[in-house]
Amino acid sequence: MLQLDAKIPSGPVDKKWQKHKFEMKLVNPANKRKYSVIVVGTGLAGASAAASLGELGYRVKCFCFQDSPRRAHSIAAQGGINAAKNYQNDGDSIWRLFYDTVKGGDYRAREANVYRLAELSVNIIDQCAAQGVPFAREYSGHISNRSFGGTQVSRTFYARGQTGQQLLLGAYSALSRQIDDKTVEMYPNTELLDVVLVDGHCKGIVVRHLISGKLESFSADAVVLATGGYANVFYLSTNAKGCNVTATYRAYKKGAGFGNPCFTQIHPTSIPVSGDHQSKLTLMSEGLRNDGRIWVPRQKGDKRHPSQISEAERLYYLEERYPSFGNLVPRDVASRAAKERCDAGFGVGPGGYGVYLDFADAIKRLGRDVIDERYGNLFEMYERITGENPFDEPMRIYPAPHYTMGGLWVDYNLMSTIPGLFVIGEANFSDHGANRLGASALMQGLADGYFVLPYTIGDYLARVKPGAVKTDHAEFRGVENEVGARTNKLLAIKGKRTVDSFHRELGRVMWDKCGMGRNAAGLKEALQKIPTIREEFWQNVSVVGSGEDRNQCLEKAGRLADFLEFAELMCRDALMREESCGGHFREEHQTPEGEALRNDKDFSFTAVWEHKGPGREPELNREPLTFENVHLTQRSYK
Amino acid sequence: MKIKLHIWRQKNSSDKGGFVRYEMNDVSPDMSFLEMIDVLNEQLEAKGEEPVGFEHDCREGICGACSMVINGRAHGPQALTTACQLHMRKFKDGEDIWVEPWRARAFPVVKDLIVDRGAFDRIIQAGGYISVRSGSAPEANSILVPKPAADSAMDAASCIGCGACVAACPNGSAMLFTAAKVSHLALLPQGQPERMLRVQKMIEAMDREMFGPCTNYGECQEACPKGISISFISMLNRDYLKSSLVQIKKGAEKVQAQ
Ligand SMILES: Cc1cc2nc3c(=O)[nH]c(=O)nc-3n(C[C@H](O)[C@H](O)[C@H](O)COP(=O)(O)OP(=O)(O)OC[C@H]3O[C@@H](n4cnc5c(N)ncnc54)[C@H](O)[C@@H]3O)c2cc1C
Ligand code: FES
Repeated sequence: MLQLDAKIPSGPVDKKWQKHKFEMKLVNPANKRKYSVIVVGTGLAGASAAASLGELGYRVKCFCFQDSPRRAHSIAAQGGINAAKNYQNDGDSIWRLFYDTVKGGDYRAREANVYRLAELSVNIIDQCAAQGVPFAREYSGHISNRSFGGTQVSRTFYARGQTGQQLLLGAYSALSRQIDDKTVEMYPNTELLDVVLVDGHCKGIVVRHLISGKLESFSADAVVLATGGYANVFYLSTNAKGCNVTATYRAYKKGAGFGNPCFTQIHPTSIPVSGDHQSKLTLMSEGLRNDGRIWVPRQKGDKRHPSQISEAERLYYLEERYPSFGNLVPRDVASRAAKERCDAGFGVGPGGYGVYLDFADAIKRLGRDVIDERYGNLFEMYERITGENPFDEPMRIYPAPHYTMGGLWVDYNLMSTIPGLFVIGEANFSDHGANRLGASALMQGLADGYFVLPYTIGDYLARVKPGAVKTDHAEFRGVENEVGARTNKLLAIKGKRTVDSFHRELGRVMWDKCGMGRNAAGLKEALQKIPTIREEFWQNVSVVGSGEDRNQCLEKAGRLADFLEFAELMCRDALMREESCGGHFREEHQTPEGEALRNDKDFSFTAVWEHKGPGREPELNREPLTFENVHLTQRSYK
Repeated sequence: MKIKLHIWRQKNSSDKGGFVRYEMNDVSPDMSFLEMIDVLNEQLEAKGEEPVGFEHDCREGICGACSMVINGRAHGPQALTTACQLHMRKFKDGEDIWVEPWRARAFPVVKDLIVDRGAFDRIIQAGGYISVRSGSAPEANSILVPKPAADSAMDAASCIGCGACVAACPNGSAMLFTAAKVSHLALLPQGQPERMLRVQKMIEAMDREMFGPCTNYGECQEACPKGISISFISMLNRDYLKSSLVQIKKGAEKVQAQ
C-alpha cells in the first residue's frame, strides 16, 4: 500500500500557493551550493527547472538523450501556450482558466494543482517575453492572442506555428547561460537507464553514454525527472521518435506510483497514414480548427474530388452536433466524432480514414495573406508530406496519439511516492485530468520548471543532509550491474525480427484495443497478447552491433522493452476504470448520444499503480478527488 | 521505385570510412527519405548487419537533428526542406543517390552519418541569451515590440541549429548560425542591454571552435532549410564592428547568480 498524501495546503484554493510558499522551508543562499540536483530531460520542463535551480545556486547536472538540449521534443509544439492574461478583455481570468482546465480534464484532476497552474500562467508569459521569445504581436506592439479548442476566450500566446520551438529556445538559452556559469553541467547524448535509491530516498541515477556505450552512475541530493510522455507506446504517434517511458517506468519499478496510465490523448488533426512504411504521424496544429471547417460527404463512400461536392452534400458534423463550440470542441470530442464518421464509412482519402479540414471559407473571408501568415508554415509542411496544397484543396486529417495525461503520481510539491524523486512536465500525471486542453502542456511544463519545482525542492532539500551519498555506495554497483546485464541480454539474443517490427505489432494492439475506444473484451484480449509479444521479443529480436559504441538499435530495443511491460499497465488501468471520461472512452459507458459517461460516485479518484515485483500483479491505490470550487457537471459542448 | 544508394559508412571517429552501395527495389514515392533509410535498416538488421547510423527525432523539420548531405547538397535537392521532410517523390526511378555526413572541421564524424555538433551549443553558452532570472521579469506588455521587429526577430529565431549552413559552406563557417541568434536578440528591445557584449563573446566562441571564416559565398543561405537570410550576417558584422568600439568593463559582464 502506498502512502498517498497529496500535501494539499489548507485554506481557500486561491490562497493555497501563496500560503504554501510562505510555509515551506528555505535553503539559505550560502548553503545552496552544497546541494546537488540531477535533472533528467531538457524539454520545457527540464530546461526551465535546471536553469532556475542553477540560478538559485544549486549544483545541477542535467541530462538528455539528444545530441543537444535544444532538440528535446518540446521543440515540436506548434500551436501555442495558454495564459490568463485577459489581454483581449474578453472575460478571461485565473478562475476561468482554472475552471476550463478542470472541466476540460473531465473532473479527474486535482483542483489545487490546477488553480496554481492557472495562477502562474501569467508569470510564464512575462518570463518568456523578457527572454526574447518573439511572440506574435499586433501593430501596436502588444502581444497578440488566438483561441484554441475547448474554450470561449482568446488566451493562447503563440510564435507563428513554432511556439514550442521558441519557448524551448528561451529555456535553452537560460540553461546555456547557467552552463556557462558552471552552475549546471550538461550531459547530452546520455540516457537514463535506472534510478538509485538509498534508504528509500532517490539519490542518483545510472546512465548510458550513447556515444561511448559506457555506463556511469551519478549521485545527488535529489533527482528530477522531466522526461516527457509515452505516446510512442502506440508506435505511430505525433511524438518525436525518441520519446519513451523508460525513465518513468524504471522509477515505477523502483517504487514510484504511476498515476492514471490509461489517460492518453488522441489529437484530432494529424495527417492520415500513407502506407506501411509510416514511421510517425505529423500533427497539424489544432490552431487550424480556428479557421478551418471540418466536414465529410453526406453520402457514404463518396469518392468525388472535394471540389465536386456541393455545399448541400457536405456534412459539417461538428458544427451541426455542437452549435456553440462547433469546430472548437475539445480534442477527445473532435477525435471520436472523426472516428465515428470514418467507421461508419464516410471517411475520405486513401483507405477512408480521413476527414476534410477546409479553409476555403476563411480564405474568402480573411484573404489569402492572413491565412498564409497564420498557417503558412503548416500548409507548407502539409504539402511537403502529401503533395497537396491546402490553399487549393481541403486538408485531410485523422486522429493520432499525441499526449499522455498519465504519468508518475506526484504530490502538490511535485514529488513522487519516492522521497527525493521529483517529476515535472508531461512525465507527471498532475494537472490535466483525463484530457488536456490545447496549449496547456507548454504552460504546465514551464510552470513546473520555472516557478513550482525551484521552491518545492528546497523544502525537501532543507530536510536532508547535503552530499550524504556518493556513487561509491553499494546500491550504485547493484543497479549498474542490473542495467549492464539487461543490455548484454538484449545483445545476446541475436534473433530474426527487427525491433521496429515488434514495436509496430505492439502499437497495433494498443491502437485497436486501448486507443480511442476501449471495451472490456478488447482490453482483456490485449492483456493476453502483450505478454506473448514480449516473450517473443526476448527470444527473437535482432539487436545488432555492440554495447561499446553508438548503437541506435540497442537504444530502441531498450525503450521498447519497457513499452512492452508498460503497455500492460495501461490496459489494466483502462480495464479497471469502468467509466468514460475525457480521453478514456469505454464503449460500455456512453450517453444515448454517444458522449462519454462518467461515474463520479465510483471513479472520482486518481488511480495510482504500485509495482509489486516481477510476475506479481500491480496494486491499485486511490487518491480521492474532491471538488470544492468547480461544480461537477456532464461536460456539454452543445 | 528502384534506387541505388551509396551511403557513407564509418564505424567511429577514428575509422577511415567509405561509401557502401545498397540497392532498394521497392521504394514508395510517399516515403520520407528517412523512412526509406528505415526500410534499408530493417533489411540490414534482419540479416544481422549493423544499420546505418543517422540522427533524427521529430521528423517534422523542427528539431534540427537530421543532418545528411544528399547528392552533394545538405538536406538534399528540395529547397527549404530538411532530410526528414524530403519525400522520395522528389527522386527519379532508378536514380543513384549519394548520402554522406556533414563535412566540417568543427563537426567531427561520430559514426556513419552522425556528427558531433556540440560546438553550436558552446557558441550559445558563450552569450546567446538575455540574462533574466526566473521570476524577475516585468509584465510582458510593458515592453512593446513593433510588429516588424518582432517579425524579423522571429525570422532569425527560426533557425533549427541543424548545421546545414556549416556543411554547405566551403570554409565550414558558422556565421549564419551565429548571426541568426545574434540578430534575433539584437532586434528586440529586451536584447539591447547585452547586445555588444553578446556579439563579441559569441564571435570569440565561434573562432575557438575551428569554424572557418565567412567569405560571402552565400551557400549557407541556399542550404538553410528554414530560409534564414544572409542579411543577418551583415547585421552581425555591423554589431561586431560597433562592439569593438565600445569598452566593456571586465567583471561587469554578467548579472552574477547568487
Ligand atoms: C507535435 C506536437 C505538438 C504539440 N503542440 C503543443 C502546443 O501547441 N501547445 C501545448 O501546450 N502543447 C503541445 N504539445 C505537447 C507538448 O509539446 C509536450 O507535452 C511538452 O513539450 C512536453 O514537455 P516536457 O518538458 O515534459 O518533455 P519533452 O519536451 O518531451 O522532453 C523530454 C526530455 O527528456 C529527455 N529524456 C527522455 N527520456 C530520457 C531518458 N531515458 N534519459 C535521458 N533523457 C531522457 C529528452 O532527451 C528530453 O530532453 C505538442 C506535442 C506534440 C507531439
Ligand atoms: S528529424 Fe527533426 S528536423 Fe529532421
